[in-house]
Amino acid sequence: MSARIPLVLLACGSFNPITNQHMRLFELARDHLHQTGQFQVVGGIVSPVSDGYGKQGLVLAKHRIAMARLALQSSDWVSVDDWESQQPDWTETVVTMRYHYGRILKQYQEGTGKDSGPTTNPHHLTSSSPRLKLLCGADFLDTFKVPGLWLDDHVEEVAGRFGLVCVSRGGLEPELAVHESETLSRHWRNIFLVREWVRNETSATEVRRALRRGLSVKYLLPDSVIKYIHQYNLYTGDSELKNKDVLLRPLTKQTEMPVKTLDD
Amino acid sequence: MEPQDLTKVVLLACGSFNPITNMHLRMFELARDYLEDTGQYIVVRGIISAVGDGYKKKGLIEACHRVDMARLATDTSDWIKVDAWESQQPEWVETAKVMRHHYKELMTAEQNNDYVDTAKKRRIEATKHAFEDPSSYHTRRDNGPQLKLLCGADVLESFGVPNLWKHEDIAEIVGRYGLVCITRNGCDAHKFIHQSEVLWKHHKNIHVVREWVTNEISATHVRRALCRGQTVRYLLPDPVVSYIREHGLYSAESEQKNADVVLAPLQRHTGPSSS
Repeated sequence: MSARIPLVLLACGSFNPITNQHMRLFELARDHLHQTGQFQVVGGIVSPVSDGYGKQGLVLAKHRIAMARLALQSSDWVSVDDWESQQPDWTETVVTMRYHYGRILKQYQEGTGKDSGPTTNPHHLTSSSPRLKLLCGADFLDTFKVPGLWLDDHVEEVAGRFGLVCVSRGGLEPELAVHESETLSRHWRNIFLVREWVRNETSATEVRRALRRGLSVKYLLPDSVIKYIHQYNLYTGDSELKNKDVLLRPLTKQTEMPVKTLDD
Repeated sequence: MEPQDLTKVVLLACGSFNPITNMHLRMFELARDYLEDTGQYIVVRGIISAVGDGYKKKGLIEACHRVDMARLATDTSDWIKVDAWESQQPEWVETAKVMRHHYKELMTAEQNNDYVDTAKKRRIEATKHAFEDPSSYHTRRDNGPQLKLLCGADVLESFGVPNLWKHEDIAEIVGRYGLVCITRNGCDAHKFIHQSEVLWKHHKNIHVVREWVTNEISATHVRRALCRGQTVRYLLPDPVVSYIREHGLYSAESEQKNADVVLAPLQRHTGPSSS
């Protein structure tokens, strides 16, 4: 039996706020990848987008990070990383992926440097450096079609060099999104589609709507996050208007100063 | 409206809770929000009443586990409680009987709380006596809390399944108490009510609550996932997930329980003694 490839899953997004559904993505993805027999998921990273993203209704990164930390307290394999949220400007997904991949590789190299021979851990099935894959929902795949939101080279790098794990729910059809994109189709082997049979449309948008209207969101997010939201009075009619007339940053940045591809 | 003018409501959810899920818990929250939004009601308590093992539903695990899991799930709620009475009865109990039992308890509690207000006490006594007479389920209950059955659209539509419910029980549930039905599809629920004589008669007592966030976390899905060794994390509260793992509940074997047995209500109502 060949050793399983170690994998870290990275989820980029607004996490505005984090919900049970976000956390479920990780669990479902891990199950699916383990069942293929090829992979061993060794870690999960939640990387909330920076305030520079300019999305309407986006509350301050420090709050979104704090809420994600509270939510993931009970998880023993998924954690929050604030690097992306700390960057002065919005960061392209591919740049965030390169950062985390470099970090993971460095950690691995420093770790194995200590051992002079085969690992002494009998449970350590993996011998290579962990790979990084982007974890997302099916709605994310559709964003590749939006003009100006992604550079072709970046889609190539995300799907080709790294790989995608896409969890679908409800009526969305991820296979169609893959089929309709030349780049994604070419890398179909690197794109893992996970079906969540339990239709669960608990989106952060719905959660914010409920909060604005003073309705309950209990059991859609962890209690600790709900408490935090009430403590800081996040998500009001006003908060939803933030960035209302602002253009989403990717649409302006990528025409001004596109990030170099690795080949340059 | 002043708080004291609001009608107090207690929501009662009967079901297998096999196991309890976040969807069940959400139903309570949605119902409370809806009722309080009307400006007429104040929801003071939610009761989870798990069905007894005598129900004989396929895959139904022991009541003690289902009650324990429900307790763990409602630990963090300050208004939803678990009641084990129904689950402890040796035979299956009709929902109308469960409602009568809880309504009686509510009236008794009200009485004990208001020993000072004799006028109110007399009104409650009158209500209790009227309540004892099954033919008087149209009597209005003025001051005591109202007990309403909380359910999904599947329960509403199950009223149409032959021999599953007694006609008089349905009439009692919607006539004397009332229904709060959580559904994704408001149209279907209203249509069903419209097409049923008994439901239409008491349609003012039936609150249809639209669930905008589709949430199909059915216990059936959860059991299927568990049997296949798949994750159910974040579909149920963490303590319930841990409990299931610790006790090794829900397997292909547990799903076969009662496989060849007829559901208790069907057994009871198809007998010659049923009306």
